[in-house]
Amino acid sequence: MSTFLQYVFTGISVGGCYALIAIGYTLVYGILRLINFAHGDIFMMAGYFMIFSFAVFPFPVAIIITLVATTALGILIEKFAYSPLRQAPRMSVMISAIGVSYLLQNLSTYLFSGLPQPYPAIPGLKQRVMLGDASVSLVTFITPIVTIIIVLLLLRLVNKTKIGMAMRAVSKDYEAASLMGIKLNTTISFTFAVGSLLAAVGSILYFTDRSSVYPFSGALPGLKCFVAAVFGGIGSIPGALLGGFFIGISETIIKAVGLSTFSDAFTFIILIIMLIVKPTGLFGEKSVDKV
Amino acid sequence: MLKVENLKVNFGGIEAVKGISFEVKEGEIVTLIGSNGAGKSTTLRAISGLVKPSEGRIIFDGEDITKIGTSKIVGKGITLCPEGRRIFPDMTVIENIKIGAYLRTDDLQNDIEKCNRLFPILKERENQLAGTLSGGEQQMLAVARSLMSRPRIMMLDEPSLGLAPLIVQNIFNILKEINEEGVTILLIEQNANMALRLADKAYVLETGKIIMEGTGKELLDNPKIKEAYLGKKN
Repeated sequence: MSTFLQYVFTGISVGGCYALIAIGYTLVYGILRLINFAHGDIFMMAGYFMIFSFAVFPFPVAIIITLVATTALGILIEKFAYSPLRQAPRMSVMISAIGVSYLLQNLSTYLFSGLPQPYPAIPGLKQRVMLGDASVSLVTFITPIVTIIIVLLLLRLVNKTKIGMAMRAVSKDYEAASLMGIKLNTTISFTFAVGSLLAAVGSILYFTDRSSVYPFSGALPGLKCFVAAVFGGIGSIPGALLGGFFIGISETIIKAVGLSTFSDAFTFIILIIMLIVKPTGLFGEKSVDKV
Repeated sequence: MLKVENLKVNFGGIEAVKGISFEVKEGEIVTLIGSNGAGKSTTLRAISGLVKPSEGRIIFDGEDITKIGTSKIVGKGITLCPEGRRIFPDMTVIENIKIGAYLRTDDLQNDIEKCNRLFPILKERENQLAGTLSGGEQQMLAVARSLMSRPRIMMLDEPSLGLAPLIVQNIFNILKEINEEGVTILLIEQNANMALRLADKAYVLETGKIIMEGTGKELLDNPKIKEAYLGKKN
């Protein structure tokens, strides 16, 4: 029983991190119709930002630096790799995204070596908490709470604020949005900023539980979160949240029953099944084109 | 107020607008009529900054706005109510109205009331998703949305497209009313009959060139126009 509880908590915690990253995919897809393959690597870079800033500054400052640097990285990538391709076919932008992904992986191998770097322990987060017989670290508890708070704030941002309105308008119709006076580039940059910021938060929570970062540690979580976003219905924020938790929990349960080897494969089987059964995902956009 | 000088626009490798010049004076209703592919929409899109002209100048209040971005052009008081309405279908009616005032930071209440007065149906459907409106209601919403930016000149791209005659009449009456309140109107239409009746000044476009101009009345009475655009033989 206690081990079972422990697995459930771990699953929810991993799921929370996945949800935060999946939202980044969903937001960017919503506005640019682009699968941002570099997103997982932005998440990885956030890990390195934390390691290096933590080496110099106390942890609250290090966290802020990590969040700011990751957000800036997301905006820069958009400016240099995607925005010049605004008029290009969608495939070109996607290839550019794959390029950025490899660039970040290779650049970090070159700069930080391919060896895993120890991730700093943020004071308090690694503390063990006893829950009945189960012992879980505090971060396991905090992650789902942080995730849900962030999603609620994000939904408020998207549905109630002016910039959120602009995001929704741009994601529906570039031209009509710009005829309202909305600046496309600003809105798109803002979307990347939000996505990257969430990836940074996810990264802090995720790596705290894993203790090391290496140049490819963003690749697999990135793909899984992409699956989570597709599962929930890409373009939908609640969908990404649900997808993240679903993938996280089911992955942990599979590990728990002793099938660790298959846990990654399972994620992608979910992707295939979902694409066959309901390609738009759980909450995917129905296109309601009225002529 | 708005002056277009020798405007040329390439569109998908062909020259859609081949050097046209016209002028819209403050307070007027001006219409460009012409058949499909005459370059009417492209002209309005160029004025809005959605497409870049290859040659020529667009001057608004003495200022060259040819190379300015769409958002700034809207800020200067030029709004385009686009072809096919292009409302945001998964926002509510009231959100659509509010987004029209995106660049404004002052109080919107008066303008929202004005829209409700012009289009009572929109008030009734305030909280409905805009995608569920009928075609005519969507067109009204598109006009209301454009009005919310407090334009000095409002450009409309085929507001009558696909609508029943009665609704077209209604919309044209409202355009007249909007104009009487001081908004200059530049209208493009295939429904030449309606447009010419409304317009102070009209231009006829054919394959990217202006082939005729005059007051609305003059063109209505012109035998060539009658035959080509109004479907009447003398």
